[in-house]
Amino acid sequence: MCLGIPGQITEITSEEMLMARVTVAGVSREVNIACIVDDAHPPASCVGDWVLVHVGFAMSRIDEEEARRTLDILEQLGEVQEELSAMRQGAGA
Amino acid sequence: MKFVDEFRDSGKAKALAREIENIVARLEKGRARPLQLMEFCGGHTHTIFRYGIEQMLPDGIEMVHGPGCPVCVLPMGRVDDCVALAERPEVIFTTFGDAMRVPGSRKSLLQAKADGADVRMVYSPLDALELARRHPDREVIFFGLGFETTMPSTALTVLQARREGVANFSLFCNHITTVPTIKAVLDSPDMMVDGFLAPGHVSMVIGEAPFQFITRDYRKPLVITGFEPLDILQSIWMVLKQFDEGRCEVENQYRRIVPPRGNTQALKAINEVFEIREFFEWRGLGSIDHSGVKMREAFADFDAERKFTVENPRIADPKSCQCGEVVKGVIKPWDCKIFGRQCNPENPMGALMVSSEGACAAYYNNGYHRRTA
Ligand code: SF4
Repeated sequence: MCLGIPGQITEITSEEMLMARVTVAGVSREVNIACIVDDAHPPASCVGDWVLVHVGFAMSRIDEEEARRTLDILEQLGEVQEELSAMRQGAGA
Repeated sequence: MKFVDEFRDSGKAKALAREIENIVARLEKGRARPLQLMEFCGGHTHTIFRYGIEQMLPDGIEMVHGPGCPVCVLPMGRVDDCVALAERPEVIFTTFGDAMRVPGSRKSLLQAKADGADVRMVYSPLDALELARRHPDREVIFFGLGFETTMPSTALTVLQARREGVANFSLFCNHITTVPTIKAVLDSPDMMVDGFLAPGHVSMVIGEAPFQFITRDYRKPLVITGFEPLDILQSIWMVLKQFDEGRCEVENQYRRIVPPRGNTQALKAINEVFEIREFFEWRGLGSIDHSGVKMREAFADFDAERKFTVENPRIADPKSCQCGEVVKGVIKPWDCKIFGRQCNPENPMGALMVSSEGACAAYYNNGYHRRTA
């Protein structure tokens, strides 16, 4: 819940609701991007960005190398599988 | 455990461990007891145990595993409220998976589900909102818990629900705040902690400023710390360096994620939806002033506490529990009389045994069952 997981924004699904599609270790889901957009970063400019995702919200931008390293470590800590299965379950639980 | 060895053999980890040893050797002269550093956050506790970081540290320092595991500190009375809400026939009760096993005085959410209550695990509060859209005839309650890291997500979800007018969605708000809690730990008379590793992802939201009073008023050095094993070693070294050089300040080891001023949008959403509670009850620590938030009056329609009757009973922790002392570093988990006996991860009596991020569960699961001579 508190660690978060890095993912890459692949498309903006709703400019109005500030929702975007993010791919996290091969799993894709919609997340909210309200916390990472501002005048300098309008939604459309976020596509391709790597972000740290906490419970369905992109909370900060990270660089790609950092993102990959963090994913590696989360994998070792055994956190990735848990996070991904929770993500996949989503609202269908 | 291949990765642990890899980590320990890495040049950086070795160099840091050596530096730490040198500084501690210098500082140790004239000290009657080991230096105590508290990592506040359960995420840090998890990494420390996973990578055996304590074993890399010299005897002159001790890690104290703080209260920063939101699932662990949930009081029984609150779990009882959750169960009561979940047992209402019209309700779909949604929660993060972590909270399912926390014992209440009658049962956990997991047991309530087994007994027929409609309890569903969700990954995100957005998933709970989606359930509310799909089931307009049911009341969907999201159980909001966690520190400032998860607060923006529930605040933004409530704002979205209001924008869309999703009238059958509400939040059962149990969010807790980091700074008043650290203050309570600092103010307790038996506290001996000398310095802090502050939680990285809380800081990502609130920034550096809220921690300033700890260095200014309490004279305890503090380093905002990331979650990787090298982050933690580096931060321990940074705190020690402050002692060594006679400095006492807020430093930010996790700059790559934590902006000095925090996240403006996230703070704005939090302030719009939440206000400080007079006090909040913690498992193991008792009641702490201003340590939680509730929803503002303007959001009453989305507040499960106002929409339904919630009793919020105060149920004392079992007498034999010594969680409070463990959290403050006064005793080690194995010193608690019921550690590993009546209190174990299968059947947790105290807060710190509930989740793998709690200190007692971490000790138990990693085989630290007694003090080794
Ligand atoms: S062993 Fe159980 S009761 Fe004792 S301090 Fe740990 S969690 Fe609390």
